[in-house]
Amino acid sequence: MFDESTLDANAVAGELEVLFAVEMTAVVGKCAHCGNEAAVGTLRAYVNAPGVVLRCSICGEVVIAWAWTPTGGRVDRSGASWLGQPSGAAPSAAAPSEA
Amino acid sequence: MGDRFVSRGFVGRRPDSGGDTASRIPPGQYLTDDFPVLSAGPTPRIPLDTWEFTIDGLVSQPVRWSWAEFQALPAREWTVDISCVTKWTKLDTRWRGVSIDDLLAAADLDPRAQFLVAHSYGGYTTNLPLGEALNGQAFVAYEYGGAPLEPAHGGPARLVVPHLYLWKSAKWVRGLHLVERDEPGFWESLGYHNRGDPWREERYSGD
Amino acid sequence: MPPEPLVWQIATVSAIRGETERASSFTLSLPAWRPHRAGQHYDVRLTAADGYQAQRSYSIASPPAHTGVVDLTIERIPDGEVSPYFHDVLEVGDLVEVRGPIGGYFVWEPALGGPLLLVAGGSGVVPLMAMIRQRAAAGDTTPTTLLYSARDVDDLIYRDELDALAGDGLRVLPTLTRAHPPGWTGYARRVDEPMLAEVLAALGPDPLVYACGPTLLVETVAAGLVNLGVPPDRVRTERFGPSN
Ligand SMILES: Cc1cc2nc3c(=O)[nH]c(=O)nc-3n(C[C@H](O)[C@H](O)[C@H](O)COP(=O)(O)OP(=O)(O)OC[C@H]3O[C@@H](n4cnc5c(N)ncnc54)[C@H](O)[C@@H]3O)c2cc1C
Ligand SMILES: [Zn+2]
Repeated sequence: MFDESTLDANAVAGELEVLFAVEMTAVVGKCAHCGNEAAVGTLRAYVNAPGVVLRCSICGEVVIAWAWTPTGGRVDRSGASWLGQPSGAAPSAAAPSEA
Repeated sequence: MGDRFVSRGFVGRRPDSGGDTASRIPPGQYLTDDFPVLSAGPTPRIPLDTWEFTIDGLVSQPVRWSWAEFQALPAREWTVDISCVTKWTKLDTRWRGVSIDDLLAAADLDPRAQFLVAHSYGGYTTNLPLGEALNGQAFVAYEYGGAPLEPAHGGPARLVVPHLYLWKSAKWVRGLHLVERDEPGFWESLGYHNRGDPWREERYSGD
Repeated sequence: MPPEPLVWQIATVSAIRGETERASSFTLSLPAWRPHRAGQHYDVRLTAADGYQAQRSYSIASPPAHTGVVDLTIERIPDGEVSPYFHDVLEVGDLVEVRGPIGGYFVWEPALGGPLLLVAGGSGVVPLMAMIRQRAAAGDTTPTTLLYSARDVDDLIYRDELDALAGDGLRVLPTLTRAHPPGWTGYARRVDEPMLAEVLAALGPDPLVYACGPTLLVETVAAGLVNLGVPPDRVRTERFGPSN
């Protein structure tokens, strides 16, 4: 489904942090297309484009996309049913550190 | 914000700014001989025996062509300059394909149709007023440089609208949907200019 | 406490150290240094006089305990735009614009446990080295295997330090894809599923995996591990992009 041009969302974690004002790759999201729940860090990133497109690692559909204009960034996250902490989350590698 | 930081000795990998072809390079663009590959997703591989192209929406009868039928449509060659909003311009690109005029002539357009939305394998969309697509201004290409259009560059077939930034030239195009009211496409919705004329530097909405 | 916003800052190159023929480590002194986690990276932005910019990400090689500075280890890509600038232009005392530390998913700290399988291709070893260094600095004994693919012995970044750190539950398994010295007993091929199976079998059940490097290698590792029954949520990947 994916080819060699793909990166992990981690490659654009800096842009995500600027857009959302928090570290986003450890945040969990639900894909609105296939229902997969996984950390934003598992999404596949396409960066050779006028903006950035993050796709679901399971179904390949767009979950989050954004572009920068001179007045700031604009994010479309309609491909995510929700972003946040998973329901009944057990502490995992995705939990932010106390540092 | 104060003075901008400059990296000592950094030039970047930019080809020249044109020399005697400078007058053909829109403002803010750099000339390249490469053909950079930009994409919002993985490159779809569409077998020709399942490929199809449709025209629907505000038409009296939707049209659908198979690959063989599409090849039988009147085709011609275009040699055009193309500009990407990521700032590269490539001169004298040579394509073969079918004009939008010829494609739309096959569908009986409803007079209310004012805009088209090009949609692609892989889900990409981009919008154009009909006035930007007709009169030989745009075409659906299936050959580039005398060879079948490579998947990385949008093959089997892509829209080419050379007078607008290249995000309007939808790769892997599979159809045109005719509408009465303008509907922003993928990048237009994210803040790129609705029209995208490189000579007016219409990069972002509001430019 | 609200997080501090991620902003660009101007770092000073305070040391440059050759690691291999193609890779060097650059120590950056940061005016607004922040503690980092092993596996995180910095974004680097170069700006030409006319405003043209190029931006890339580089993993932090140094462990979090080194305050005020970060080490980036950068491989020189011959046709590259940014990595040759580091190797051919930058000198000690030069300024570089960076922001970081960045990322919260591709990170490891001793509390996350293991057993830990680290799979690296080329410069993909850099963030994994930060994990290994932190593990050592913390006196942690999580069973850890580094499977490290490189062209030949001289291309192995941090070779001496890895030799020194091996033991205490750390196994270092290089695999050499182009050339290997006479008498070489280690792996001598690209990482593949049988290799992963062998390494996993020796490591023990329920491993936590970090794979980093060229996209094709990471793809092979991720697919191989799924075939071998490792749950996808135990595998974290960092693709550096295509290599040619
Ligand atoms: C999160 C993250 C962390 C990273 N950490 C590091 C790090 O610690 N150290 C490091 O050296 N790099 C790291 N990279 C890769 C780095 O960001 C750049 O991609 C790399 O330095 C190439 O940039 P460039 O401008 O020199 O080459 P570009 O101008 O971007 O590329 C030139 C050509 O070289 C090819 N190419 C790119 N990378 C390679 C490669 N590795 N081998 C062969 N061909 C290649 C490209 O496909 C392209 O065709 C990281 C990438 C990511 C996403
Ligand atoms: Zn999905």
